[in-house]
Amino acid sequence: MLRTAYLAKAASALPKRTLATNARTMFQPKEYGSKYTVTLIPGDGIGNEITDAVKTIFKTISVPIDWEVVNVTGVGENHLDGYEEAIRSINRNKVAIKGILHTPVEKHGHTSFNVALRRELDIFASLVLIKNIPGVQTRLDGIDMALIRENTEGEYSGLEHSPVPGVVESIKVITKRKSERIARFAFDFALKNNRHKVTAIHKANIMKLADGLFRNTCKEVSAEYPEIQYGDMIVDNASMQAVSWPQQFDVLVTPNLYGTILSNIGAGLVGGPGLVPGVNLGTEHAVFEPGCRHVGLDIKGRGTANPTAMILSSAMLLRHLNLDDFADVISKATYDVLAEGQVRTPDLGGNSTTDEFTMAVINKLQ
Amino acid sequence: MLNLRTALRAVRPVTLTRSYATSVASFTGQKNSNGKYTVSLIEGDGIGTEISKAVKDIYHAAKVPIDWEVVDVTPTLVNGKTTIPDSAIESINRNKVALKGPLATPIGKGHVSMNLTLRRTFNLFANVRPCKSVVGYKTPYENVDTLLIRENTEGEYSGIEHTVVPGVVQSIKLITREASERVIRYAYEYALSRGMKKVLVVHKASIMKVSDGLFLEVARELAKEYPSIDLSVELIDNTCLRMVQDPALYRDVVMVMPNLYGDILSDLASGLIGGLGLTPSGNMGDEVSIFEAVHGSAPDIAGKGLANPTALLLSSVMMLRHMGLNDNATNIEQAVFGTIASGPENRTKDLKGTATTSHFAEQIIKRLK
Repeated sequence: MLRTAYLAKAASALPKRTLATNARTMFQPKEYGSKYTVTLIPGDGIGNEITDAVKTIFKTISVPIDWEVVNVTGVGENHLDGYEEAIRSINRNKVAIKGILHTPVEKHGHTSFNVALRRELDIFASLVLIKNIPGVQTRLDGIDMALIRENTEGEYSGLEHSPVPGVVESIKVITKRKSERIARFAFDFALKNNRHKVTAIHKANIMKLADGLFRNTCKEVSAEYPEIQYGDMIVDNASMQAVSWPQQFDVLVTPNLYGTILSNIGAGLVGGPGLVPGVNLGTEHAVFEPGCRHVGLDIKGRGTANPTAMILSSAMLLRHLNLDDFADVISKATYDVLAEGQVRTPDLGGNSTTDEFTMAVINKLQ
Repeated sequence: MLNLRTALRAVRPVTLTRSYATSVASFTGQKNSNGKYTVSLIEGDGIGTEISKAVKDIYHAAKVPIDWEVVDVTPTLVNGKTTIPDSAIESINRNKVALKGPLATPIGKGHVSMNLTLRRTFNLFANVRPCKSVVGYKTPYENVDTLLIRENTEGEYSGIEHTVVPGVVQSIKLITREASERVIRYAYEYALSRGMKKVLVVHKASIMKVSDGLFLEVARELAKEYPSIDLSVELIDNTCLRMVQDPALYRDVVMVMPNLYGDILSDLASGLIGGLGLTPSGNMGDEVSIFEAVHGSAPDIAGKGLANPTALLLSSVMMLRHMGLNDNATNIEQAVFGTIASGPENRTKDLKGTATTSHFAEQIIKRLK
């Protein structure tokens, strides 16, 4: 009791924006000899194919980036070595691009490397851009939403136990600090990117304390951004609205699990996981990866994966490094190929290979 | 009891798995001396009275052998717990079946949601949510025909939450073998009784390895008892993605999943066919079942004669099938869909039509056989 009173007093004495600065003063990676070194983790499944596409494109137009390739896999045994090396490499370079790592479902399988990596590096914000791409036919048009997801706590805490056989508790952790951090990130993102509305997604009618804390914190933070509209929505309603009227959404901010769900719904709306780019951001690190995180083990090695999500993620990486010119050229070329519709991978109803798509993008680069 | 039972089961998993009868959640009500069943009717708040009236009128015209017993469930707080009146509990326990309109949860008095209260009071462990494209009401998705069964009593909705230190909250998702087995067995039985060949478990065991892992484990154990049914499992990520891309993939599949995923996916599926105004639902328990419209009480249009009774009607059709009154069910269902398909003049405003609730009901009555 005393402690809460004290905390409340301390909080009011401090400047309001205690956690604010991180999103705005993102640590910038260093340039050596006018080149950046970027960690590249191809990952499992289609990872090699789609990161090769990025490498080829970057090489063609001499993007000033040296890759530091680290092989990590979540498939099979003996995977820890690569994982630790990856952490060291990203800590050194601050910027990485990565395919998705497989996570086994088995109880005795290892926990998700994707999650471990995000927690270890504290890359707390996942940003996924869900937007209709001209030329890709979908049921609904006019979708343009940015999904911002808390990456380090919530349902992905990894805290589970079985007090007696046949009974399992899985603990979802929501903290004020991390809720505030992600909310602020969302509002800052909205400001910087000329977006108008932030909607917090929750289930506070049922999880009154946990999601209630998330919702209340988002609301509190919203008061500091009078220029941005704020609203909130229950996750089941948001899922229903997303498939019937997704145009209403602008920036969404969610705890961990609801982000997974909505990013997949979003990907489904705009043409599939092969088209949705994403990034995970922390105060120091940025890891760029396809937004809806499908490992694609089933189509691995066939050379048919759609590299668009990875290419667009790499364009986001270039903007992060202030290499906007390169970013513009690459994303324009990619969108042009998709708009023309001559070269398409099977996920978009075509029969072109990953390499053919990459070549088509390269042909448009000049 | 539970400990002994689970311990025993651990030793002899095969022989003891059938702890629930194969007749999970079957109807046990009896006809009255007048040859009719009595069904408890919770008319609900807001538009509840209007849509309940439509149901009653249509049932009367269709000569369904049902007497309605209207019950009031206005809750009171007893020792801080949201409680519904004894008379309502007695009625539903006696009749074994109830039909329910939308209820508003009283705000600001510490009430638990009425839906949750009913589920807990009557131990309604499975929520059944079918979604089928409605002819005549076009949405961007075609050929939707999904059937989802949601665990209704635990999971993320356990209500166990606490603040560890100020600013840090833990919310506990509870998964038990008992509740998982009960709902998954219901899913298998549902598939068997309707000649469906596939059961799909939706989960997130890649992350929640122990809790969702237990749910999966139980599904795989039960699969041995149902050799004619094909069990598959899918991460909720993939289900969300694929259902939006091609809902037809989920035709002829009984989906079963823990509470939260079911809540989200069932509303998503409703969104595909035009919203909660068109989708029925049933809450199944071993003793009692309650069929309900899951949409809100729409206080803004209450009393104006604009409400759409379709969800409540289709829920009542599910109820009739549950009671074995299949001919009445088919008769009413065809009349409802026939009316919706007949044109905007016979549809309510939420379906881009101009009809009032009573006009819509009259049109349905006209189409009864």
